[in-house]
Amino acid sequence: MKIKYSRELCQGHNRCYMLAPELFDVDDEGYAVLLVDGEVPAELHEKAQLCVDNCPEYAIELTE
Amino acid sequence: MEDLVKEPVADWATDFDHSHPDYGANAPAIWDELRTTCPVAHSERFGGMWLPTRHDDIAAIAANDDGNYTSQRVVVSAVEDESMPAPIGGAPPITSDPPFHADARRLLLAPFAPKVINEITPFARQFCNDLLDDALAKAQANDGVFDAAVDYAQSIPVRVIAKMLGLPPEDGDIFRRFIHQIVENPVDHDVADEDSIEVYLDAQIDKHKADPKPEGDLIDHLLRVELYGEKLSDEHVRGTVILLLIAGIDTTWSAIGSSLWHLAQNPDDLKRYRDEPEIRPFAQEEFLRFYAPVTMARLVAQDHELRGCPMKQGDWVLLPFPAANRDPEAFDDADTFIIDRQKNRHGAFGLGIHRCLGSNLARMELAVALDVFVERIDEFELVDPEAVRFSTGQIRGPRELPIRVTR
Ligand code: HEM
Ligand code: SF4
Repeated sequence: MKIKYSRELCQGHNRCYMLAPELFDVDDEGYAVLLVDGEVPAELHEKAQLCVDNCPEYAIELTE
Repeated sequence: MEDLVKEPVADWATDFDHSHPDYGANAPAIWDELRTTCPVAHSERFGGMWLPTRHDDIAAIAANDDGNYTSQRVVVSAVEDESMPAPIGGAPPITSDPPFHADARRLLLAPFAPKVINEITPFARQFCNDLLDDALAKAQANDGVFDAAVDYAQSIPVRVIAKMLGLPPEDGDIFRRFIHQIVENPVDHDVADEDSIEVYLDAQIDKHKADPKPEGDLIDHLLRVELYGEKLSDEHVRGTVILLLIAGIDTTWSAIGSSLWHLAQNPDDLKRYRDEPEIRPFAQEEFLRFYAPVTMARLVAQDHELRGCPMKQGDWVLLPFPAANRDPEAFDDADTFIIDRQKNRHGAFGLGIHRCLGSNLARMELAVALDVFVERIDEFELVDPEAVRFSTGQIRGPRELPIRVTR
Protein backbone atom coordinates (compact mmCIF):
# COMPACT_ATOMS: atom_id res chain seq x y z
CA MET A 1 0.00 0.00 0.00
CA LYS A 2 1.35 3.38 -1.06
CA ILE A 3 0.43 6.76 0.41
CA LYS A 4 0.46 10.06 -1.43
CA TYR A 5 0.12 13.46 0.16
CA SER A 6 -0.44 16.75 -1.67
CA ARG A 7 1.08 19.84 -0.09
CA GLU A 8 -0.88 21.86 -2.66
CA LEU A 9 -4.25 20.65 -1.37
CA CYS A 10 -3.34 20.47 2.33
CA GLN A 11 -4.75 23.35 4.37
CA GLY A 12 -3.38 22.22 7.69
CA HIS A 13 -6.51 20.80 9.29
CA ASN A 14 -4.12 18.44 11.12
CA ARG A 15 -6.54 15.56 11.21
CA CYS A 16 -3.86 13.23 9.85
CA TYR A 17 -1.30 14.20 12.46
CA MET A 18 -3.83 13.65 15.25
CA LEU A 19 -4.92 10.28 13.92
CA ALA A 20 -1.58 8.85 12.83
CA PRO A 21 1.49 10.56 14.22
CA GLU A 22 3.42 7.54 12.95
CA LEU A 23 2.64 8.61 9.40
CA PHE A 24 2.40 12.40 9.63
CA ASP A 25 4.23 15.12 11.45
CA VAL A 26 3.44 18.86 11.17
CA ASP A 27 5.79 21.66 10.24
CA ASP A 28 6.09 24.97 12.05
CA GLU A 29 3.22 26.42 10.04
CA GLY A 30 0.90 23.52 10.78
CA TYR A 31 1.09 21.80 7.37
CA ALA A 32 1.38 18.04 7.27
CA VAL A 33 4.71 16.32 6.66
CA LEU A 34 4.56 12.75 5.42
CA LEU A 35 6.96 10.62 7.43
CA VAL A 36 7.05 7.46 5.35
CA ASP A 37 8.56 7.21 1.94
CA GLY A 38 5.66 6.00 -0.19
CA GLU A 39 5.18 2.48 1.18
CA VAL A 40 2.95 2.15 4.28
CA PRO A 41 4.01 -0.61 6.69
CA ALA A 42 1.31 -3.27 7.09
CA GLU A 43 0.58 -2.44 10.72
CA LEU A 44 -0.30 1.13 9.72
CA HIS A 45 -2.70 0.35 6.87
CA GLU A 46 -5.75 0.98 9.00
CA LYS A 47 -4.42 4.28 10.29
CA ALA A 48 -3.50 5.37 6.78
CA GLN A 49 -7.09 4.71 5.70
CA LEU A 50 -8.34 6.78 8.65
CA CYS A 51 -6.20 9.71 7.51
CA VAL A 52 -7.66 9.50 4.02
CA ASP A 53 -11.19 9.27 5.36
CA ASN A 54 -10.82 12.31 7.59
CA CYS A 55 -8.87 14.77 5.46
CA PRO A 56 -11.43 17.46 4.54
CA GLU A 57 -9.33 18.63 1.59
CA TYR A 58 -8.83 15.23 -0.06
CA ALA A 59 -5.08 15.79 0.19
CA ILE A 60 -4.17 12.18 1.03
CA GLU A 61 -4.50 9.20 -1.29
CA LEU A 62 -3.80 5.49 -0.99
CA THR A 63 -2.94 3.22 -3.87
CA GLU A 64 -2.20 -0.50 -4.01
CA MET B 1 -31.08 39.99 17.98
CA GLU B 2 -33.69 39.32 20.59
CA ASP B 3 -34.65 42.95 20.64
CA LEU B 4 -35.63 42.97 16.97
CA VAL B 5 -38.94 41.97 15.52
CA LYS B 6 -38.33 40.13 12.26
CA GLU B 7 -40.74 39.91 9.37
CA PRO B 8 -42.08 36.35 9.27
CA VAL B 9 -40.50 34.19 6.56
CA ALA B 10 -43.04 33.33 3.86
CA ASP B 11 -41.04 30.63 2.09
CA TRP B 12 -37.51 29.46 2.92
CA ALA B 13 -36.63 28.95 -0.75
CA THR B 14 -37.41 32.53 -1.78
CA ASP B 15 -37.41 34.58 1.41
CA PHE B 16 -35.01 32.93 3.86
CA ASP B 17 -33.53 34.89 6.74
CA HIS B 18 -30.65 33.32 8.64
CA SER B 19 -31.08 35.87 11.42
CA HIS B 20 -34.71 34.92 12.03
CA PRO B 21 -35.41 33.01 15.26
CA ASP B 22 -37.30 30.33 13.26
CA TYR B 23 -34.09 29.63 11.34
CA GLY B 24 -32.15 29.37 14.57
CA ALA B 25 -34.66 26.88 15.89
CA ASN B 26 -35.09 24.72 12.75
CA ALA B 27 -32.01 25.16 10.59
CA PRO B 28 -31.19 21.47 9.96
CA ALA B 29 -34.75 20.74 8.79
CA ILE B 30 -34.72 23.83 6.56
CA TRP B 31 -31.41 22.80 4.94
CA ASP B 32 -32.61 19.24 4.34
CA GLU B 33 -35.75 20.51 2.68
CA LEU B 34 -33.91 23.06 0.54
CA ARG B 35 -31.17 20.63 -0.48
CA THR B 36 -33.71 18.48 -2.31
CA THR B 37 -36.11 21.17 -3.51
CA CYS B 38 -34.02 24.28 -4.09
CA PRO B 39 -30.30 23.74 -3.46
CA VAL B 40 -29.42 27.40 -3.97
CA ALA B 41 -32.13 29.39 -2.20
CA HIS B 42 -32.57 33.12 -2.60
CA SER B 43 -33.85 36.00 -0.50
CA GLU B 44 -34.27 39.71 -1.04
CA ARG B 45 -33.37 40.41 2.56
CA PHE B 46 -30.14 42.25 3.34
CA GLY B 47 -30.11 43.57 -0.22
CA GLY B 48 -30.17 40.12 -1.84
CA MET B 49 -28.55 36.90 -0.66
CA TRP B 50 -28.14 33.23 -1.60
CA LEU B 51 -28.10 30.09 0.50
CA PRO B 52 -26.49 26.99 -1.02
CA THR B 53 -27.04 23.82 1.00
CA ARG B 54 -25.16 21.11 -0.94
CA HIS B 55 -21.69 20.09 0.18
CA ASP B 56 -20.20 20.27 -3.33
CA ASP B 57 -21.53 23.80 -3.96
CA ILE B 58 -20.36 25.05 -0.58
CA ALA B 59 -16.91 23.53 -1.10
CA ALA B 60 -16.69 25.05 -4.58
CA ILE B 61 -17.63 28.52 -3.35
CA ALA B 62 -15.06 28.25 -0.55
CA ALA B 63 -12.44 27.10 -3.07
CA ASN B 64 -13.33 30.07 -5.30
CA ASP B 65 -11.21 28.84 -8.22
CA ASP B 66 -12.70 31.36 -10.66
CA GLY B 67 -12.57 34.37 -8.36
CA ASN B 68 -16.36 34.66 -8.40
CA TYR B 69 -16.48 35.58 -4.72
CA THR B 70 -14.69 37.90 -2.34
CA SER B 71 -14.16 37.62 1.41
CA GLN B 72 -14.20 41.41 1.76
CA ARG B 73 -17.16 40.83 4.03
CA VAL B 74 -17.93 37.57 5.81
CA VAL B 75 -20.74 38.62 8.13
CA VAL B 76 -24.00 39.56 6.43
CA SER B 77 -24.98 43.04 7.52
CA ALA B 78 -27.26 45.83 6.48
CA VAL B 79 -24.63 48.37 7.47
CA GLU B 80 -22.29 49.93 4.89
CA ASP B 81 -18.71 48.73 5.00
CA GLU B 82 -16.17 51.39 5.84
CA SER B 83 -13.17 49.14 6.30
CA MET B 84 -10.10 48.74 4.12
CA PRO B 85 -10.83 47.77 0.52
CA ALA B 86 -10.08 44.37 -1.02
CA PRO B 87 -7.82 42.46 -1.03
CA ILE B 88 -7.01 43.42 2.60
CA GLY B 89 -10.42 44.09 4.15
CA GLY B 90 -11.13 45.13 7.71
CA ALA B 91 -9.84 42.06 9.53
CA PRO B 92 -7.03 40.33 7.66
CA PRO B 93 -6.74 37.49 6.76
CA ILE B 94 -10.42 36.53 7.04
CA THR B 95 -11.54 39.52 4.97
CA SER B 96 -8.64 39.21 2.53
CA ASP B 97 -8.50 37.72 -0.94
CA PRO B 98 -5.57 36.21 -2.84
CA PRO B 99 -2.78 36.98 -3.27
CA PHE B 100 -2.63 39.17 -0.16
CA HIS B 101 -4.54 36.61 1.91
CA ALA B 102 -1.78 33.98 1.95
CA ASP B 103 0.85 36.51 3.00
CA ALA B 104 -1.24 37.89 5.86
CA ARG B 105 -2.26 34.41 6.93
CA ARG B 106 1.30 33.08 6.96
CA LEU B 107 2.17 35.59 9.71
CA LEU B 108 -0.27 33.81 12.02
CA LEU B 109 0.28 30.17 11.17
CA ALA B 110 3.19 29.51 13.52
CA PRO B 111 1.56 30.76 16.75
CA PHE B 112 -1.49 28.57 16.02
CA ALA B 113 0.36 25.43 14.92
CA PRO B 114 -0.47 22.27 16.89
CA LYS B 115 2.72 21.96 18.87
CA VAL B 116 2.52 25.56 20.11
CA ILE B 117 -1.12 25.11 21.05
CA ASN B 118 -0.36 21.90 22.97
CA GLU B 119 1.70 23.94 25.39
CA ILE B 120 -1.37 25.91 26.45
CA THR B 121 -3.30 22.74 27.31
CA PRO B 122 -2.36 22.64 31.04
CA PHE B 123 -3.44 26.26 31.42
CA ALA B 124 -6.80 25.55 29.75
CA ARG B 125 -7.28 22.45 31.89
CA GLN B 126 -6.60 24.36 35.10
CA PHE B 127 -8.97 27.11 34.06
CA CYS B 128 -11.76 24.65 33.26
CA ASN B 129 -11.30 23.07 36.67
CA ASP B 130 -11.44 26.48 38.35
CA LEU B 131 -14.67 27.29 36.51
CA LEU B 132 -16.22 24.02 37.59
CA ASP B 133 -15.19 24.62 41.20
CA ASP B 134 -17.33 27.75 41.12
CA ALA B 135 -20.14 26.23 39.07
CA LEU B 136 -20.43 23.19 41.30
CA ALA B 137 -20.43 25.35 44.41
CA LYS B 138 -23.26 27.31 42.84
CA ALA B 139 -25.09 24.09 41.94
CA GLN B 140 -24.80 22.81 45.47
CA ALA B 141 -26.70 25.81 46.76
CA ASN B 142 -29.21 25.58 43.93
CA ASP B 143 -30.68 22.09 43.73
CA GLY B 144 -27.83 20.86 41.52
CA VAL B 145 -28.47 23.49 38.84
CA PHE B 146 -26.01 25.71 37.00
CA ASP B 147 -25.85 27.12 33.49
CA ALA B 148 -23.37 25.14 31.39
CA ALA B 149 -23.29 27.83 28.70
CA VAL B 150 -22.97 30.88 30.94
CA ASP B 151 -21.07 29.53 33.93
CA TYR B 152 -18.76 27.23 32.00
CA ALA B 153 -18.47 27.15 28.19
CA GLN B 154 -18.59 30.90 27.67
CA SER B 155 -15.55 31.80 29.73
CA ILE B 156 -13.11 29.21 28.39
CA PRO B 157 -12.25 30.72 24.98
CA VAL B 158 -12.29 34.25 26.40
CA ARG B 159 -9.72 33.43 29.05
CA VAL B 160 -7.48 31.49 26.68
CA ILE B 161 -7.40 34.06 23.87
CA ALA B 162 -6.89 36.91 26.37
CA LYS B 163 -3.81 35.09 27.63
CA MET B 164 -2.52 34.43 24.11
CA LEU B 165 -3.04 38.03 23.02
CA GLY B 166 -1.75 39.54 26.23
CA LEU B 167 -4.97 41.33 27.20
CA PRO B 168 -6.07 41.71 30.83
CA PRO B 169 -8.03 38.62 31.91
CA GLU B 170 -10.51 40.75 33.80
CA ASP B 171 -11.60 42.44 30.55
CA GLY B 172 -13.54 39.37 29.39
CA ASP B 173 -16.87 41.14 29.70
CA ILE B 174 -15.63 43.96 27.51
CA PHE B 175 -14.70 41.56 24.67
CA ARG B 176 -18.02 39.84 24.91
CA ARG B 177 -19.86 43.13 24.56
CA PHE B 178 -17.85 43.97 21.43
CA ILE B 179 -18.58 40.60 19.92
CA HIS B 180 -22.24 40.98 20.56
CA GLN B 181 -22.18 44.31 18.72
CA ILE B 182 -20.35 42.88 15.75
CA VAL B 183 -21.62 39.36 15.13
CA GLU B 184 -24.83 38.93 17.03
CA ASN B 185 -26.42 42.17 16.10
CA PRO B 186 -25.59 42.91 12.49
CA VAL B 187 -27.79 45.97 12.23
CA ASP B 188 -26.94 49.56 12.80
CA HIS B 189 -25.82 50.15 16.34
CA ASP B 190 -24.81 53.40 17.88
CA VAL B 191 -21.65 52.96 19.84
CA ALA B 192 -20.09 56.00 21.41
CA ASP B 193 -16.58 56.36 20.00
CA GLU B 194 -14.88 56.09 23.36
CA ASP B 195 -16.65 52.76 23.94
CA SER B 196 -15.63 51.25 20.63
CA ILE B 197 -13.47 48.19 20.28
CA GLU B 198 -11.02 50.29 18.26
CA VAL B 199 -10.40 52.74 21.08
CA TYR B 200 -10.03 49.95 23.62
CA LEU B 201 -7.59 47.98 21.51
CA ASP B 202 -5.53 50.97 20.45
CA ALA B 203 -4.84 51.61 24.12
CA GLN B 204 -3.84 47.98 24.66
CA ILE B 205 -1.66 47.95 21.56
CA ASP B 206 0.05 51.17 22.67
CA LYS B 207 0.90 49.50 25.97
CA HIS B 208 2.55 46.66 24.08
CA LYS B 209 4.44 49.13 21.87
CA ALA B 210 5.81 50.88 24.95
CA ASP B 211 7.08 47.61 26.37
CA PRO B 212 8.00 45.20 23.56
CA LYS B 213 8.87 41.64 24.59
CA PRO B 214 10.88 39.39 22.28
CA GLU B 215 9.20 36.12 23.32
CA GLY B 216 5.97 37.83 24.19
CA ASP B 217 2.31 37.37 23.38
CA LEU B 218 0.43 37.55 20.07
CA ILE B 219 0.19 41.34 20.08
CA ASP B 220 3.98 41.53 20.54
CA HIS B 221 4.26 39.07 17.66
CA LEU B 222 2.07 41.21 15.38
CA LEU B 223 4.06 44.32 16.25
CA ARG B 224 7.32 42.53 15.45
CA VAL B 225 6.61 40.71 12.20
CA GLU B 226 7.08 42.22 8.76
CA LEU B 227 5.08 41.97 5.58
CA TYR B 228 6.76 42.90 2.28
CA GLY B 229 9.72 44.25 4.26
CA GLU B 230 7.70 46.56 6.48
CA LYS B 231 6.05 46.44 9.87
CA LEU B 232 2.30 45.95 9.79
CA SER B 233 0.19 49.08 9.67
CA ASP B 234 -1.68 50.02 12.85
CA GLU B 235 -4.94 49.18 11.11
CA HIS B 236 -3.70 45.75 10.14
CA VAL B 237 -2.57 44.93 13.69
CA ARG B 238 -5.83 46.17 15.16
CA GLY B 239 -7.94 44.40 12.53
CA THR B 240 -6.18 41.11 13.18
CA VAL B 241 -6.55 41.42 16.96
CA ILE B 242 -10.26 42.11 16.50
CA LEU B 243 -10.47 39.06 14.27
CA LEU B 244 -8.71 36.82 16.77
CA LEU B 245 -11.02 38.00 19.54
CA ILE B 246 -14.17 37.60 17.53
CA ALA B 247 -13.36 34.48 15.57
CA GLY B 248 -12.41 32.43 18.59
CA ILE B 249 -14.95 33.24 21.25
CA ASP B 250 -18.59 32.72 20.23
CA THR B 251 -17.51 29.92 17.92
CA THR B 252 -15.76 27.83 20.56
CA TRP B 253 -18.39 28.71 23.15
CA SER B 254 -20.98 27.33 20.74
CA ALA B 255 -19.04 24.15 20.04
CA ILE B 256 -18.56 23.35 23.73
CA GLY B 257 -22.14 24.30 24.57
CA SER B 258 -23.71 22.22 21.78
CA SER B 259 -21.63 19.21 22.77
CA LEU B 260 -22.77 19.48 26.38
CA TRP B 261 -26.35 19.98 25.21
CA HIS B 262 -26.07 16.72 23.30
CA LEU B 263 -24.50 14.84 26.21
CA ALA B 264 -27.17 16.12 28.61
CA GLN B 265 -29.84 14.51 26.44
CA ASN B 266 -27.99 11.35 25.42
CA PRO B 267 -26.83 9.46 28.50
CA ASP B 268 -25.53 6.54 26.40
CA ASP B 269 -23.20 8.84 24.50
CA LEU B 270 -22.13 10.45 27.77
CA LYS B 271 -21.26 7.06 29.18
CA ARG B 272 -19.28 6.09 26.11
CA TYR B 273 -17.46 9.41 26.05
CA ARG B 274 -16.40 8.89 29.64
CA ASP B 275 -15.65 5.19 29.60
CA GLU B 276 -13.97 4.88 26.21
CA PRO B 277 -11.25 7.54 25.99
CA GLU B 278 -10.10 6.04 22.66
CA ILE B 279 -13.27 7.26 20.93
CA ARG B 280 -12.97 10.82 22.21
CA PRO B 281 -11.11 12.23 19.20
CA PHE B 282 -13.84 10.81 16.94
CA ALA B 283 -16.58 12.07 19.24
CA GLN B 284 -15.15 15.58 19.20
CA GLU B 285 -15.13 15.58 15.41
CA GLU B 286 -18.69 14.29 15.32
CA PHE B 287 -19.79 17.09 17.66
CA LEU B 288 -18.12 19.52 15.28
CA ARG B 289 -19.77 17.96 12.23
CA PHE B 290 -23.24 17.62 13.66
CA TYR B 291 -23.36 20.90 15.55
CA ALA B 292 -21.01 22.94 13.36
CA PRO B 293 -21.38 26.44 14.79
CA VAL B 294 -20.21 28.62 11.93
CA THR B 295 -21.81 29.86 8.71
CA MET B 296 -19.60 32.25 6.78
CA ALA B 297 -20.52 34.66 4.02
CA ARG B 298 -19.01 35.94 0.80
CA LEU B 299 -19.92 38.72 -1.59
CA VAL B 300 -20.33 37.92 -5.27
CA ALA B 301 -17.36 39.57 -7.01
CA GLN B 302 -18.53 39.14 -10.60
CA ASP B 303 -21.80 38.14 -12.26
CA HIS B 304 -22.03 34.40 -12.90
CA GLU B 305 -24.42 31.48 -12.66
CA LEU B 306 -24.49 28.84 -9.95
CA ARG B 307 -26.74 25.87 -10.77
CA GLY B 308 -28.58 28.20 -13.13
CA CYS B 309 -29.08 30.89 -10.50
CA PRO B 310 -28.06 34.41 -11.54
CA MET B 311 -25.46 35.55 -9.00
CA LYS B 312 -25.02 39.31 -9.32
CA GLN B 313 -22.02 41.27 -8.19
CA GLY B 314 -22.60 42.54 -4.65
CA ASP B 315 -25.09 39.81 -3.66
CA TRP B 316 -24.41 38.03 -0.39
CA VAL B 317 -23.74 34.30 -0.43
CA LEU B 318 -23.97 32.37 2.80
CA LEU B 319 -21.60 29.45 3.30
CA PRO B 320 -23.47 27.20 5.71
CA PHE B 321 -20.75 24.68 6.58
CA PRO B 322 -23.23 23.06 9.00
CA ALA B 323 -25.52 22.32 6.04
CA ALA B 324 -22.62 20.87 4.06
CA ASN B 325 -21.90 18.62 7.04
CA ARG B 326 -25.37 17.10 6.82
CA ASP B 327 -25.45 16.45 3.09
CA PRO B 328 -26.21 12.75 2.54
CA GLU B 329 -24.15 12.88 -0.67
CA ALA B 330 -21.07 13.58 1.41
CA PHE B 331 -21.70 11.62 4.62
CA ASP B 332 -23.15 8.19 5.37
CA ASP B 333 -26.18 8.50 7.64
CA ALA B 334 -25.70 12.25 7.57
CA ASP B 335 -28.68 12.88 9.85
CA THR B 336 -27.50 10.54 12.57
CA PHE B 337 -25.08 11.45 15.33
CA ILE B 338 -22.56 8.60 15.51
CA ILE B 339 -20.24 9.17 18.41
CA ASP B 340 -17.35 7.14 16.99
CA ARG B 341 -17.87 7.98 13.30
CA GLN B 342 -14.72 6.80 11.54
CA LYS B 343 -15.08 8.61 8.25
CA ASN B 344 -15.62 12.29 8.80
CA ARG B 345 -14.41 14.91 6.34
CA HIS B 346 -16.53 17.62 7.93
CA GLY B 347 -16.09 21.26 7.07
CA ALA B 348 -16.88 22.83 10.45
CA PHE B 349 -13.64 24.81 10.25
CA GLY B 350 -14.24 25.82 6.67
CA LEU B 351 -12.71 24.40 3.51
CA GLY B 352 -9.92 25.74 1.36
CA ILE B 353 -7.62 28.68 1.88
CA HIS B 354 -9.51 30.27 4.79
CA ARG B 355 -9.45 27.05 6.88
CA CYS B 356 -9.89 28.17 10.46
CA LEU B 357 -6.57 29.39 11.70
CA GLY B 358 -7.62 28.63 15.23
CA SER B 359 -8.75 25.06 14.55
CA ASN B 360 -5.94 23.49 16.57
CA LEU B 361 -6.72 25.81 19.46
CA ALA B 362 -10.48 25.28 19.18
CA ARG B 363 -10.04 21.49 19.13
CA MET B 364 -7.81 21.64 22.17
CA GLU B 365 -10.33 23.79 24.06
CA LEU B 366 -13.23 21.55 23.10
CA ALA B 367 -11.36 18.40 24.13
CA VAL B 368 -10.20 19.86 27.44
CA ALA B 369 -13.60 21.39 28.25
CA LEU B 370 -15.41 18.09 27.67
CA ASP B 371 -12.80 15.91 29.35
CA VAL B 372 -12.72 18.02 32.50
CA PHE B 373 -16.51 18.15 32.53
CA VAL B 374 -16.94 14.37 32.46
CA GLU B 375 -14.13 13.89 34.96
CA ARG B 376 -15.92 16.07 37.47
CA ILE B 377 -19.57 15.36 36.72
CA ASP B 378 -20.89 11.81 36.38
CA GLU B 379 -24.42 12.46 35.22
CA PHE B 380 -26.36 15.54 34.26
CA GLU B 381 -29.56 16.46 32.47
CA LEU B 382 -31.36 19.48 31.06
CA VAL B 383 -33.40 21.30 33.66
CA ASP B 384 -36.00 22.04 31.00
CA PRO B 385 -35.53 21.68 27.24
CA GLU B 386 -37.61 24.83 26.75
CA ALA B 387 -35.24 26.85 28.90
CA VAL B 388 -32.33 26.31 26.49
CA ARG B 389 -31.77 29.37 24.33
CA PHE B 390 -29.86 29.20 21.04
CA SER B 391 -28.24 32.16 19.32
CA THR B 392 -29.45 33.40 15.96
CA GLY B 393 -27.32 34.55 13.07
CA GLN B 394 -24.16 33.07 11.63
CA ILE B 395 -22.77 31.51 14.80
CA ARG B 396 -25.08 28.94 16.26
CA GLY B 397 -24.95 27.48 19.74
CA PRO B 398 -26.67 27.50 23.12
CA ARG B 399 -26.43 30.81 24.96
CA GLU B 400 -28.39 29.59 27.98
CA LEU B 401 -28.13 25.96 28.99
CA PRO B 402 -29.40 25.26 32.50
CA ILE B 403 -28.43 21.75 33.59
CA ARG B 404 -28.91 19.74 36.73
CA VAL B 405 -26.09 17.61 38.08
CA THR B 406 -27.65 14.34 39.16
CA ARG B 407 -24.54 12.47 40.22
C1 HEM C 1 -15.13 25.53 17.26
C2 HEM C 1 -14.66 26.74 17.10
C3 HEM C 1 -14.43 27.38 15.76
C4 HEM C 1 -15.09 27.19 14.58
C5 HEM C 1 -16.25 26.25 14.29
C6 HEM C 1 -14.47 28.06 13.61
C7 HEM C 1 -14.85 28.13 12.28
C8 HEM C 1 -14.20 28.86 11.32
C9 HEM C 1 -14.54 28.87 9.92
C10 HEM C 1 -15.69 28.10 9.31
C11 HEM C 1 -13.66 29.66 9.27
C12 HEM C 1 -13.60 29.91 7.77
C13 HEM C 1 -13.91 31.29 7.39
C14 HEM C 1 -14.17 31.48 5.93
O1 HEM C 1 -14.17 30.54 5.13
O2 HEM C 1 -14.43 32.64 5.58
C15 HEM C 1 -12.77 30.18 10.27
C16 HEM C 1 -11.74 31.07 10.01
C17 HEM C 1 -10.92 31.61 11.00
N1 HEM C 1 -10.92 31.29 12.34
FE1 HEM C 1 -12.13 29.96 13.25
N2 HEM C 1 -13.46 28.76 14.20
C18 HEM C 1 -13.40 28.36 15.52
C19 HEM C 1 -12.50 28.81 16.47
C20 HEM C 1 -11.49 29.70 16.24
C21 HEM C 1 -10.51 30.12 17.20
C22 HEM C 1 -10.39 29.62 18.62
C23 HEM C 1 -9.71 31.05 16.57
C24 HEM C 1 -8.53 31.80 17.11
C25 HEM C 1 -8.48 32.56 18.09
C26 HEM C 1 -10.19 31.19 15.23
C27 HEM C 1 -9.64 32.03 14.29
C28 HEM C 1 -9.96 32.04 12.95
C29 HEM C 1 -9.30 32.88 11.98
C30 HEM C 1 -8.17 33.85 12.25
C31 HEM C 1 -9.89 32.60 10.74
C32 HEM C 1 -9.56 33.23 9.39
C33 HEM C 1 -8.62 32.38 8.60
C34 HEM C 1 -8.39 32.90 7.21
O3 HEM C 1 -9.20 33.68 6.71
O4 HEM C 1 -7.38 32.53 6.60
N3 HEM C 1 -11.27 30.37 15.05
N4 HEM C 1 -13.11 29.67 11.51
S1 SF4 D 1 -5.79 16.22 7.26
FE1 SF4 D 1 -5.48 16.83 5.14
S2 SF4 D 1 -5.54 19.04 5.13
FE2 SF4 D 1 -5.29 18.36 7.20
S3 SF4 D 1 -3.11 18.46 7.58
FE3 SF4 D 1 -3.61 16.39 6.98
S4 SF4 D 1 -3.33 16.43 4.81
FE4 SF4 D 1 -3.43 18.53 5.40
